[in-house]
Amino acid sequence: MIPEIGLFVLFLALIIAAIQAVVPMVGAVRQDVYLMALGNRLAVIQFFLVTISFTSLIYAFVISDFSLLIVYNNSHSLKPLLYKISGVWGNHEGSMLLWVLILSMFGAALAIWGKNISPTLKARVLSVQSMIGVAFLAFILFTSNPFLRLNPVPSDGRGLNPVLQDPGLAFHPPLLYLGYVGYSMAFSFAVAALIEGKIDDKWGRWVRPWALAAWVFLTAGIALGSWWAYYELGWGGWWFWDPVENASFIPWLLGTALLHSSVVVEKREGFKNWTVLLAILTFSMSLLGTFLVRSGILTSVHTFATDPERGLFILLILFVTIGGALGLFAIRAPIIKNNFKFAPVSRESALLYNNLFLTIGCAIVLLGTLYPLFLEFASNGESKVSIGPPYFNITFLPIMIPLVAAIAVGPMLSWKRGVIGALYVKLLFAAGSCLITIFIVLILVPEGPTLAACSMGLAAWIAAGCLIEWASRIRLFNSKSITNTGRLIKSSKSANGMTLAHLGIAILIVGITGASAWQKEITTSMAIGETIKVNDYSLTLKKVQIGKGPNYNLERGTFSLIKSNNSAIIMHPERRYFPVARQATTEAAIKTTLLADFYLVIGESRDTIDNKNEWTVRFYINPMMFWLWLGVATMVLGGLLSLSDRRRGISIPVRKKA
Amino acid sequence: MKRKHKRLLLVLVSLGLLGLGTAILLSAIEDNLVFFYTPSEIENKSIKNDQVFRIGGVVVNGTIKHSNSFSSFSLTDFRKTISVTFKGVLPDLFREGQGVIAEGSLKADGTFTATQVLAKHDETYMPKEVADKLKSSGLWKEKFSKNEYFN
Amino acid sequence: MKRFILIIPIIVFIIIIAVLSVMTLQTKEGRNPSIVPSALLGKEAPNIELPMLARNIPGGFKGSDLVGRVNIVNVFSSWCVPCLAEHPQISWLATNGFPIYAINHRDNVSDASNWLKKHGNPYFAVGFDPEGRASLEWGVGGVPETFIINASGIITYKHIGPITKEILKEKILPKLHEAKR
Repeated sequence: MIPEIGLFVLFLALIIAAIQAVVPMVGAVRQDVYLMALGNRLAVIQFFLVTISFTSLIYAFVISDFSLLIVYNNSHSLKPLLYKISGVWGNHEGSMLLWVLILSMFGAALAIWGKNISPTLKARVLSVQSMIGVAFLAFILFTSNPFLRLNPVPSDGRGLNPVLQDPGLAFHPPLLYLGYVGYSMAFSFAVAALIEGKIDDKWGRWVRPWALAAWVFLTAGIALGSWWAYYELGWGGWWFWDPVENASFIPWLLGTALLHSSVVVEKREGFKNWTVLLAILTFSMSLLGTFLVRSGILTSVHTFATDPERGLFILLILFVTIGGALGLFAIRAPIIKNNFKFAPVSRESALLYNNLFLTIGCAIVLLGTLYPLFLEFASNGESKVSIGPPYFNITFLPIMIPLVAAIAVGPMLSWKRGVIGALYVKLLFAAGSCLITIFIVLILVPEGPTLAACSMGLAAWIAAGCLIEWASRIRLFNSKSITNTGRLIKSSKSANGMTLAHLGIAILIVGITGASAWQKEITTSMAIGETIKVNDYSLTLKKVQIGKGPNYNLERGTFSLIKSNNSAIIMHPERRYFPVARQATTEAAIKTTLLADFYLVIGESRDTIDNKNEWTVRFYINPMMFWLWLGVATMVLGGLLSLSDRRRGISIPVRKKA
Repeated sequence: MKRKHKRLLLVLVSLGLLGLGTAILLSAIEDNLVFFYTPSEIENKSIKNDQVFRIGGVVVNGTIKHSNSFSSFSLTDFRKTISVTFKGVLPDLFREGQGVIAEGSLKADGTFTATQVLAKHDETYMPKEVADKLKSSGLWKEKFSKNEYFN
Repeated sequence: MKRFILIIPIIVFIIIIAVLSVMTLQTKEGRNPSIVPSALLGKEAPNIELPMLARNIPGGFKGSDLVGRVNIVNVFSSWCVPCLAEHPQISWLATNGFPIYAINHRDNVSDASNWLKKHGNPYFAVGFDPEGRASLEWGVGGVPETFIINASGIITYKHIGPITKEILKEKILPKLHEAKR
């Protein structure tokens, strides 16, 4: 009964979405206040309906209703409750419903909280948002119905894949989708503005919080996925330039550029066309990513098993939405007038520089991701290739360096015409920090690649630049009293958020450098009692226990890791074997300290020549790994801080003098 | 006049940089393409030793051997078979009969030294039309015994 | 000039969509995005011996048994839902004069027997392959899969996935007639 309700409300939602796609837009053209306001109500109703649908699906999973095909395929009575729930979106149909839920949620959020937005623009935005909703609701209802029934009902389900039962994996999709789908708002704002024929500083102010919110979610979602891959896959790595990873990174790069260029629209009414184009492209890349993962044309560990026919439907949606938006852009952009000038050295030029490098970086990753497909197409199936990390490391990383280096300088520059004189002293301090850091690193790690020291120096340059800019902004050394400073600190959450996020990048660079340049990996076989030496550490295999879990057999190693005369760290990597599924999983033992991660994997046992049991062991030392996660967390915190700024936030856009 | 020249110069320089950048990118791709071959194709293509590429195949029964930290097994595409050696921990899904991709290079003796081994998931196929038909088709009622199979 | 620049995004986009569409269509028609091979086309049916499933179910066969006429070999499991979905088509083929052998893949005796008893056994013979060893020889990557073997014992066609009514009409029957020549 309940699943049928779920299906029914979905149909209703489609109808509402169709109405919402048309009526407010008509209202905007006719300046009909009532019709425009109707858009708000429809948006809330639509969200409400989709929520009912999604809830009924969750309910079916929670009570293990195996009469639903989706529950049968993806769940099992023995699954813990948490994973029964996360099973809802661990498959194609359920995840599409989640997608649509978030889409309608953002629409409703705008309807409720976008109070000071011009009603005409708001009506148009809700209209466009709903058009996307219509497309995807139709997609679900006609090709990916989650509420299909099975009759008679099987007594249990098939979804007990051990790899999927993991907290990181459970929450990675929702966060990621909040990011992906969040950019639909920026897209809708852009298309609405093009239809209206007007882009001004107010538009910039209104669109920015949505772009920022999506950015925060996307950053967090990517980081969570990366962290999951790190501790679960057993390879000691956290980024593999897998096509599906790239599919999330590409919109992130564009979204970051969007964040920066929308500032120029807001402050100086510049870069209008470019910002609108960016908003369209960011969401387009989200959609493209959605397509790549589900169409079946790529294989990767991440792809959903789904069929190409659905892929064609998504391509059609892409063609209409993105093609329509880009076509609209080509036609309407000339109407948007830019009348703004800026000096070669100024905040504007710094932001232009930022956008340039982010766009180039994005193009590089996009090329690397699509090239194998295009080559196979061009060679008519003859050439099958993959493009691995080496390509990306050679091309992408060098582009990032000038980009991040600018972080120290950009925020210090003033609008329209940067005053260079004052900068020299500040940058001198930053440069000094950089050189000192390089020097210290070279001393502490003499054997390490010099590039690593330079990279650390780069991080120091960025961090110093951020802190100096912040100090001068809150007049840390100028203030007549403490209370003044306190007030200044509290006053601009938006700017402080920026500083925090930029600092996060510096911390992230420290993490990436350490974990890549100074990583130590040993693969060897060890017998009980054997000790191997890695750097200053001794790793000893104490014992291996055989045991049993609920549905698996396990081999559990006990290792002790000792540095010089310090106390021993005990680590317990496991290898689990699920006899019925004939599948094994590795549970790495990870010990995290401030300066390094110790990562230990145990493989199968094997008999050696003299009949002593030995196990394959893989041991990594990942220096500064914690800083990597700390860096991203800081970036997310910075974004959240910025979002909380009520003057720039969603509720009260106030016109500020430029 | 001057402004026109300035603009023209800007355009030319931009195009030049764009061209240069694209050339660098494409050459980076060329250098780092990793080709896929099946064991049969290896004979036909002239592959230099030390050239990194990927082979795909199915692990042949009874060929998995471990010694020290090395593993060896045979991969087949049902026409030709090739021996593979790999140092390290094999991926979770690795077993006889599994579809597997190995990345590495050929040794002079014709065996393949893998630096990376990836295993494929088992598949059951469920296209949309089938799912629709299941609405009215029958399914069995027997309880799943201890021999349940997982996704 | 400005107009030209403005059109670039949509042109690039159309090109990308066009290529992706073609690739998707090809995947639909059988392009395998993974390099792992899945066909033994043109080769002799493997001669690995498949034991009987149970005493009351005719079965057990090997590749050489398939010589002499056009045969179909269908790989199924009792736990495989799409296998059940294609069962009507398989039964139709059996009643219309096409002999079908089965490889019962990674299953157990009681489940498989009950499945056949409940849904009908259209198979000329059922070979029992609990460990998947024979499936390996046959190049089976998943269930269901269906092979067409001609009178000389050569595999002429392999279908991956369940056989719907459309696929039966548009692919299987033509391939069967082809094999008869």
